[in-house]
Amino acid sequence: MKKPNDIILHAVTKVAVPIILAFSFHLFFSGHHNPGGGFIGGLAIASALTLLFLAFDIETVRANIGVDFKVVAAIGVLLAVLTGVGSFFFDASFLSHTFDYFNLPIFGKTELATAVLFDVGVALAVIGTSVTTILSISEDR
Amino acid sequence: MNNIVILPIIIPLIMGMILVIFRKSIQFQRWMSLIAIAAVGSTSIYLMTQIKGHGMQTLQLGGWQAPFGVSMVADMFAVLLLATTSFVALCCLIYAFGSIGRERESYYFYPMFLFLLTGINGSFLTGDIFNLFVCFEVMLISSYVLLSLGGTKIQLRESIKYVLVNIISSFLFLLAVAYLYAMTGTLNLAHLSVRIAEVGQDGLMTTVAILFLIVFSLKAALFLFFWLPGSYSAPPTAVAAVFAALLTKVGMYAIFRMFTLVFYHEPQVTHLIIGILGGLTMVLGAFGAIAYWDIKKILAYNVIVGVGLIMSGLAAFTSTAITGSIYYLIHDIIIKALIFLLGGTMIHLTGTSNLKDMSGLIRTHPYVGWMFFIAALSLAGIPPLSGFIGKVLITKGTFEASYFWLGGIGLLTSLLVLYSVMKIFMNGFWGETLLSEDMEKGTTKGLMFPMGCLLAATVALGFGAEGIHEYVSMAAEGLLRPELYIEAVLGRNPMP
Repeated sequence: MKKPNDIILHAVTKVAVPIILAFSFHLFFSGHHNPGGGFIGGLAIASALTLLFLAFDIETVRANIGVDFKVVAAIGVLLAVLTGVGSFFFDASFLSHTFDYFNLPIFGKTELATAVLFDVGVALAVIGTSVTTILSISEDR
Repeated sequence: MNNIVILPIIIPLIMGMILVIFRKSIQFQRWMSLIAIAAVGSTSIYLMTQIKGHGMQTLQLGGWQAPFGVSMVADMFAVLLLATTSFVALCCLIYAFGSIGRERESYYFYPMFLFLLTGINGSFLTGDIFNLFVCFEVMLISSYVLLSLGGTKIQLRESIKYVLVNIISSFLFLLAVAYLYAMTGTLNLAHLSVRIAEVGQDGLMTTVAILFLIVFSLKAALFLFFWLPGSYSAPPTAVAAVFAALLTKVGMYAIFRMFTLVFYHEPQVTHLIIGILGGLTMVLGAFGAIAYWDIKKILAYNVIVGVGLIMSGLAAFTSTAITGSIYYLIHDIIIKALIFLLGGTMIHLTGTSNLKDMSGLIRTHPYVGWMFFIAALSLAGIPPLSGFIGKVLITKGTFEASYFWLGGIGLLTSLLVLYSVMKIFMNGFWGETLLSEDMEKGTTKGLMFPMGCLLAATVALGFGAEGIHEYVSMAAEGLLRPELYIEAVLGRNPMP
């Protein structure tokens, strides 16, 4: 089979993927007070990965990102649930969250919230499930 | 606030996720799922003692006061079902060890089994109608996977029907929730109950109630059972037993919850409809059960008859009838699992599900035969086995409520049920032995223990009915007095 000439797609992907990833991190962290959050951030990261899968073939990307996305989803849900379980030890209701302000070097006064851990779990679960779905559909010809 | 209420939901969820990560080690998966389900069982027994001592236990997730957050409520009714569910799931899981096959085991059978339990336990414990929808979905999606896992032709054919029916009913469910929210402005079950009691259950509200009834009837196989015989005969035995024992029960639980807590103001409309549907379900189910010569079909129609009987207890809506329904619900979970496992074992041994092709199994497998005999008697409600007490109380309750026809149908269909299972017993176990032991398609090695446990449970439940009476009557009281539920969830706070 003749190899398709997709040099433009490759070149654009190489530039676009880091930008999409950076933007998705921005979305993820802004979600605490503004529109955004774990679900949307996760979807944006998944879209970057999907672009990689489209531009290069699945085997190449798999060789470079050596994770099983089903496991990523499972770890995500585990993380989200376990942050809820954490409230057991503080005699608070399941899924209770707390936050406080810390003085960090470089960042200065920063709000650190346990809800972010939950959100990381959500993001991982979203990345895992959406990439798994896309990969299983694309493998099915 | 009691965090233990959430444990029956998150233990199987967490364990299931861990097992997804460790997919390759089958032994680890088996042991861990066993431990998880046993942990859920002991948690629910602990909850039972707490509820007995201190009344209903509630948990407001994230510390958000009801009705603003999602409430989890453990009342005696839910916890009784929870404990029975865990016991039956444990037995079916052990049966699956010996019968499900390596292929399915390595493709996420155990995680899916645990997710199914997550959904079921969640449906029992939730105090929020939208959360109930979510838990139903968790349960249904796991059941889609379990139904189609293995990918044999019959499984795929039935999965398509099952998925379609359930997607439509989920759509209607969501629609009904939206109507209810538009009319009352709340989703919390206790708060819904308060609001509807305040403004009264007018014609529009009753219409929404009937929409809910249709939705849950599809799940519980109350009259709308056309999908059930096909899809319950497709999956492997252990899965079919779990489905038969648990899935319809969740639908029934939802009907009980909605029509005792929220829509209890117009029983002459809603509960009469439930009664009529229940009566029709029993008659049609019994016809199906005596008509077929296929073990799987006969047993699936027996599930339907049970649904009708339990629902006639709700239709009568007296204290006796509700107590009877709860007894029968617990009995039905155990006995349906047992009879499906026994039927599955017969099919496993002979390699066919057609009764006309098997005969004389009692010579080679006396234990299976006698277990089937006892299970059949228990299913039909012969004293002193567990089906008896529930059936008596339901019949008495329907007579108290002057629904003589309903009680009559219940008694008549019991005879048909007895005939249908005795047909299996006589054709399968009596007569000339066709298969010698080395000609059999499978062995009963490892399958007898879980069935023995279930058999012991149905016998114990029959003899020890008095022992759990205190718990069952407490559950019935909780259902008949919505104010107990409301006070447990909302407290004495002024109503927003």
